[in-house]
Amino acid sequence: MSEIILSAKNINKSFHDPVDVKILSDISFEITKGEFVSVIGKSGCGKSTLLYILSTMDTDYEGDLYINNELMKNKKESELAIVRNEYIGFVFQFHYLLNEFNVLENVMLPGLKLNKYSKEEVEYRAMEKLKMLGIENEALKKANQLSGGQKQRVSIARSLINDPLIIMGDEPTGNLDNKNSLIVFDIFKELAEVYNQTLLIVTHDQSFAANTKRIIEMADGRIIRQ
Amino acid sequence: MSSLLIKIAKELLLARWKQTLVAAIGVTFSISMFVALLSFMNGLNDLLDGLILNRTAHVRIYNEIKPSKNQAINLSSQFQKSHNFINSIKSSSSRLSIYNTEHIFEILDKDKRVLGYAPKISAQVFFTYGTLAITGAINGIDVTAESKLFSFKDYVTAGNAADLKNVPNSIILGKGLAEKLMANIGDVVQINTTDGNLMPLKVVGVFQSGLQDLDKVQSYSSIATAQKLMGKSNNYLTDIQVKLIDIKQAPKIAKEYAALFDCDAEDIQTANSQFETGSTVRTIISYSVGVVLLIVAGFGIYNILNMLIYEKMDTIAILKATGFSGSDVKKIFIYIALSIGIFGGLLGVLFGFGFSVIIDNIPFNTPSLPTIKTFPINYKALYYLIGIVFSLVTTYMAGFFPARKASKIDPVNIIRGK
Ligand SMILES: Nc1ncnc2c1ncn2[C@@H]1O[C@H](COP(=O)(O)OP(=O)(O)OP(=O)(O)O)[C@@H](O)[C@H]1O
Ligand SMILES: [Mg+2]
Repeated sequence: MSEIILSAKNINKSFHDPVDVKILSDISFEITKGEFVSVIGKSGCGKSTLLYILSTMDTDYEGDLYINNELMKNKKESELAIVRNEYIGFVFQFHYLLNEFNVLENVMLPGLKLNKYSKEEVEYRAMEKLKMLGIENEALKKANQLSGGQKQRVSIARSLINDPLIIMGDEPTGNLDNKNSLIVFDIFKELAEVYNQTLLIVTHDQSFAANTKRIIEMADGRIIRQ
Repeated sequence: MSSLLIKIAKELLLARWKQTLVAAIGVTFSISMFVALLSFMNGLNDLLDGLILNRTAHVRIYNEIKPSKNQAINLSSQFQKSHNFINSIKSSSSRLSIYNTEHIFEILDKDKRVLGYAPKISAQVFFTYGTLAITGAINGIDVTAESKLFSFKDYVTAGNAADLKNVPNSIILGKGLAEKLMANIGDVVQINTTDGNLMPLKVVGVFQSGLQDLDKVQSYSSIATAQKLMGKSNNYLTDIQVKLIDIKQAPKIAKEYAALFDCDAEDIQTANSQFETGSTVRTIISYSVGVVLLIVAGFGIYNILNMLIYEKMDTIAILKATGFSGSDVKKIFIYIALSIGIFGGLLGVLFGFGFSVIIDNIPFNTPSLPTIKTFPINYKALYYLIGIVFSLVTTYMAGFFPARKASKIDPVNIIRGK
């Protein structure tokens, strides 16, 4: 049952500006398929930094990162882009939708980039995701015409479009009120339980974390509990 | 795949359509100026070339007065093996006339490279009118051939060129010469040849070539009149002016004829090399103005793209986070630059054509150029092609550096910065 999707081995990271500061020390853990993991820890302990490394956007670190049993080290920038496109879905604290496009197109973009399905299929799939998140009526609105909670649901839909191995979120509810936070949490929970979706979510929200299956707690760049 | 990138480029461009329009107008302006300038300058080149070149034989067959190449001593068998030095050689009174003209005409008639030819007699004469005696030149010409090949008729501004043929003992004077002689059409002028012959000729027209120096000394008569004047037989000719189908072949053909007919043959390129220089300078001027304008437009595009990239940092970051590579992002911005170039460039050649038509219709009357009524324009398709190519090259170069900058944006920095 426990198919390993992501594995970090002895990841270390330092910033050199202005002086050498070690931000992450010896981070090692594994995530198996279908796990709903939350990462918690005090502000400044390195959660976001870790997430950027795991998402392959930050390549300046020591240690090994495996995604889908592939070593990410020594991969070219364009190869990492493909990994992100195919295997990883992102949800940020800020929605980061493209205002030039409407909701449906925003969701479709990574799917069109993957180029696995035809345009019509991608559109159909995008509509399915929007329906699943209850925002199919907003499909043709421009991204900046939506409320904060709706925007966050659109970015979740976008993160799902390529059926990623793992969804990563950096405080996806951090910018939302209680009601919307709950909605987003319920969506994640449904994804994990109904669709066996793997999730790795950084959060400050204690109650959010308490409801996830597994909690990774960090302090001063180390994992102190997992 | 690239259609997706083009769509993204289009949306980014439309989101800032006012700025991109300004950038495109910059390109349009410079390309239209470039095309109009080049067309005008080359029209001018054609005009000035035409002033001389159209009226000049491509190959002129004649006999030069010069010392014999084979001096007697060289022919002597006794001195065959030695170096012979002869000082102060003088030309003998060798004939100016071309030998065996019938034979030459036959060959020219058969030569496929020849468009046509016009025989001519040129001679130095004195014009006397009352007490006045003025040196000048008289050209005995075949009016029909001369008009057909060298547009002679167009330059006869008063009187009728055909009268030269129809009225016996007639002459057409250069405008400057006619003024000096105070001769009007219908008057009779006295011609003195260098050999002392005297003959009255009736003025039937005035000729204006556009080159004042020429018009002060030249005059025209029929070949028969000139022969009579010179006291020569009716096969006396001093020049045969040949017009070719391809002017570029003139030097080669001139050499060939010189050997074939055993006489001198001068090609147009050798005779008028100074005209090339003027044309080249005008062409260089138009290209440099065009290139300068394009560089300015290029900086406009560069600025707009830099601004666009600065504004669209978030978009670039999210595209990269969701799986677009640096080279995808670069392509998007190159597409934006190129579409500004294509749009601006196409509009530019269109406006360039418009400007050319306008210039072409501006009246331009000058007494020295009787055949020209408006400013000259050369509508060569090549200038439009160069305009399009230039606009694409400049916009690509202007887009390249901003696009590369965009491709290097680190999404982590942007996302963390929020
Ligand atoms: N570019 C950088 N250069 C130097 N230091 C940095 C840089 N980015 C982050 N840091 C430092 O690294 C540490 C970890 O930052 P990080 O953003 O990972 O914390 P975090 O756990 O996500 O905090 P929060 O919960 O507030 O988001 C912080 O002390 C921060 O000051
Ligand atoms: Mg953080």
